[in-house]
Amino acid sequence: MPHRKVGFGLRSIGSTVVNGVWRLGFASRFFLMTLISSGASFRRFHLTIREIYFSGVMSLIIILVSGLFVGMVLGLQGYETLQKYGSESALGSLVALSLVRELGPVLAALLFASRAGSAITAEIGLMKATEQIAAMEMMAVDPISRVVAPRFWAGVISMPLLAAMFSAVGVFGGYLVGVVLIGVDEGSFWSQMQAAVDFRQDIVNGVIKSVTFGIAVTAIALFEGYDAPPTAEGVSHATTRTVVTSARAVLGLDFILTVFMFRGV
Amino acid sequence: MERTTLDMWVGAFVVGGLIALLILAFKVGNLSGYDGSETYQVYGEFDNIGGLKIKAPVKSSGVVVGRVSNIQFDNKTFQANVEIRLSKNYQFPKDTSAAILTSGLLGEQYIGLEAGGDETNLKNGDKFKLTQSAMVLEQLIGQVLFSKAADDGGDKKSAQGGNKKAVVQ
Repeated sequence: MPHRKVGFGLRSIGSTVVNGVWRLGFASRFFLMTLISSGASFRRFHLTIREIYFSGVMSLIIILVSGLFVGMVLGLQGYETLQKYGSESALGSLVALSLVRELGPVLAALLFASRAGSAITAEIGLMKATEQIAAMEMMAVDPISRVVAPRFWAGVISMPLLAAMFSAVGVFGGYLVGVVLIGVDEGSFWSQMQAAVDFRQDIVNGVIKSVTFGIAVTAIALFEGYDAPPTAEGVSHATTRTVVTSARAVLGLDFILTVFMFRGV
Repeated sequence: MERTTLDMWVGAFVVGGLIALLILAFKVGNLSGYDGSETYQVYGEFDNIGGLKIKAPVKSSGVVVGRVSNIQFDNKTFQANVEIRLSKNYQFPKDTSAAILTSGLLGEQYIGLEAGGDETNLKNGDKFKLTQSAMVLEQLIGQVLFSKAADDGGDKKSAQGGNKKAVVQ
């Protein structure tokens, strides 16, 4: 019966939209509650320190190794192209600008989402599934301020530091390949880089980007964990959604921020 | 509350991040080139500024002595009014001339100052008396073509004149 199929289709569209908006509203309220009840994560800063260790320090290795390789690849590919126009001395500015403006914040955020974000989601999802969060509420401990807010601020603090390290190591990788391996002149590599990279325009904007990504990735990871159905399947789906949604949010936000920051001034 | 090994790792992480930021600021960026010395403003009116941009360097004998701080179009003289901030460490005579030059073949454009011989120095708010506009490639090619055409025309005329003379003779 075709009209029943049509009715079913319409109903599923309607429920998807309503569920999406409902979930978005819940996510906004959750984010707001996290901000409001984040006083404890500064008063009892050791909670935040612990989370910085788990999400920031433990992500160091992957961030540093990826940064080094991304910088080295940029050095190789940039040299290949620039050398066609006889301007391989601009390699330094190419590597530094692409890392500081885009690749550093974006790739560090994507790596952070898959390394730390997924872990946060799984942890909170399991805490909920094993009713630890309900137990906290029973003991009049606010799980948002005890569990969620420290993780949020740890992510917001870690992200710009990780992105800065990614960019610095990447520039070093570009230097290794460009100057040490290929033999671009060292003086022009650094001087062209310093002439091209502006502190306010490039580095501060990169830091603003990485702080924004830190907020987005951590908030998404926390919410997905908190909202996960308390089953093994639900937690696994939530972890996947964290990585996918974070990647979408990071890339979309990056475009928006870039439009505002670097619109051909 | 006591110190734990965890604190050490987090401290090292934060220090590492801050060091990376400092490296970016001083080694990669141009923060080291910024000197907080006081500046004074001078103005120059140019017929054509080409691709000159705000924050372009102002050089004298190749040394950076200031930066372009503002560029505006003057609606009365129909010229570009360029505001330059010069470092107070560098004083120039009043009859210094300013020219818009290009570093290298395709490099960025900057303002070159050529010191004059006047006794008094430029003060805050003064204007350059002598300015030279940026070179525009199309105009340059046009000039070459016109002068070539003029030369050819002149040759033909003189040749014809010679013929006439010859006929007359």
